[in-house]
Amino acid sequence: MSDTILKVRDLYRTYDIKGGLFKKPGKFTAVKGVSFDVERGSTLAIVGESGCGKSTLARMLTMIDAQTSGSIEIDGLPIDIAKTGISKDMRQKVQIVFQNPYGSLNPRQKIGHVLEEPLLLNTSMPAAERRDLALEMLTKVGLQPEHYGRYPHMFSGGQRQRIAIARAIMMKPKLLVLDEPVSALDLSVQAQILNLLKDLQDEMGLTYIFISHDLSVVRYLADKVMVMYFGEVVEYGTRDEVFGDPKHEYTRTLFAATPNADVDSIKARLAKKVA
Amino acid sequence: MTKSTSTELATETVLERESRNATKAMLTEFWYYFSQNKGAVIGLVVFAVLVAVALLAPLVAPHDPDVQYRDALLQPPFWQDGGSFAFPLGTDAVGRDILSRLIFGSRFSLFIGVVVVTIALVGGIVIGLVAGYARGWVDTLIMRVMDIILAFPSLLLALVLVAILGPGLVNAMIAIAIVLQPHFVRLTRAAVLAEVNRDYVVAARVAGAGHLRLMFKTILPNCLAPLIVQATLSFSNAILDAAALGFLGMGAQPPTPEWGTMLAEAREFILRAWWVVTFPGLAILITVLAINLVGDGLRDALDPKLKRS
Repeated sequence: MSDTILKVRDLYRTYDIKGGLFKKPGKFTAVKGVSFDVERGSTLAIVGESGCGKSTLARMLTMIDAQTSGSIEIDGLPIDIAKTGISKDMRQKVQIVFQNPYGSLNPRQKIGHVLEEPLLLNTSMPAAERRDLALEMLTKVGLQPEHYGRYPHMFSGGQRQRIAIARAIMMKPKLLVLDEPVSALDLSVQAQILNLLKDLQDEMGLTYIFISHDLSVVRYLADKVMVMYFGEVVEYGTRDEVFGDPKHEYTRTLFAATPNADVDSIKARLAKKVA
Repeated sequence: MTKSTSTELATETVLERESRNATKAMLTEFWYYFSQNKGAVIGLVVFAVLVAVALLAPLVAPHDPDVQYRDALLQPPFWQDGGSFAFPLGTDAVGRDILSRLIFGSRFSLFIGVVVVTIALVGGIVIGLVAGYARGWVDTLIMRVMDIILAFPSLLLALVLVAILGPGLVNAMIAIAIVLQPHFVRLTRAAVLAEVNRDYVVAARVAGAGHLRLMFKTILPNCLAPLIVQATLSFSNAILDAAALGFLGMGAQPPTPEWGTMLAEAREFILRAWWVVTFPGLAILITVLAINLVGDGLRDALDPKLKRS
């Protein structure tokens, strides 16, 4: 009974590199033949070092950039914006939350308008109804209704990320792409945001594509894990499979590189240093 | 039922108050940084007085600016021998009261500033937004044209344009606006380039905003700070250029009491009657200085890099 919401087949993304005076023009392939499925209501974590194509993949899934070749299918709807453009239907399927909460909110736009913008652009809802929905969403993500009329600079990083999440789920998307949503926040706030994301997933039946390089976060949230290395998928399986028995060389290196934060290992490190 | 509507009303007023408070907080912060700069506050006061004088010119001026008092030609200001309080700043070669002419002249100067800056700003913003947003050959074409305009000395280009359009205040204003425009275009384009790849713009695009909405509602409000500063400084520039064109006989034509034109008319009496050239010159100087000071204050208040917080 696998209910697949996202189907990606053989996805490529190539960038043209302009030639300079002493340089021939070339091509750079950021994503090389990626295929995966995501089931409705589950979380797929995409892990990898910077520059491995994670964010490029996210931009293609959220229709910011077009793919060079390959197919994306979200909830039965084929996505190929280079050929067909973007319809309102497609927009309502997928939304994105960015890494940097300080850059992702328009500094001259009040929070209420930030939240209402997707509704204003994609639906013909009357203003009063939009406002009620925005207020409801504010309380849902753990903010107060009073925050409706304030500007983004009046909020902390964690609060801003809550606003960004609220904006992303205003349209009730099926799929939410989270591009390192907690890596710019400190640890206690990270935990709050992750809990919020989990609650929202249970409540709204959201499907998450969670992009991260923080393995502890991935272990907490993911159902399935995909490891990318230079644009290719080198490991793809359930969380327990990948964490328990990493197959690929790079995955093992990645796990080994994660600093161990328990007391014993820190003591051992210190002892090593002294010796 | 009534209870729920009353609580709804209560939340509504709370919301509105919060929204107003947020707007007020922005303004308070702006005023705080602006008022740190004492020169800017003085400039603002001088400018406000000037605007008031210009608006109330018929009430404030002691005489009609065009009436010639044949019995009081080249009368000196009141504190000199032969001066009188009837003509506080003296009269010019045909017996017109200089103070009244200066007061009416402020109307022209402010009018020139407002019109020129409006034309240059609106044109510059639209062209700059298109260039910065569209990129590619559109950008290249626009910027090369702007570079060509910038390559001319500004007053010379204005002179050429006025020579083509014909002398007169309106044509002079159009010419000055065209000369000032490239500055706005470049500034807008640079600001747009910095903003266009920020996450909030991408987020608005993902939310479904079209090109026009992205350009004017999402990006433009975040580019306004440098433009406001440049607009203020251009305001004084426009007044100066208009005075220069007037002085060269290409701007406002006599007997219009425009400050530059007044200077030109008084040229032959520089040695005999210092007041006919000094007062229009001072008027230009003080106005331009005041506006430039305000511009500096605005830069302090609006440029986030200069904020000390």
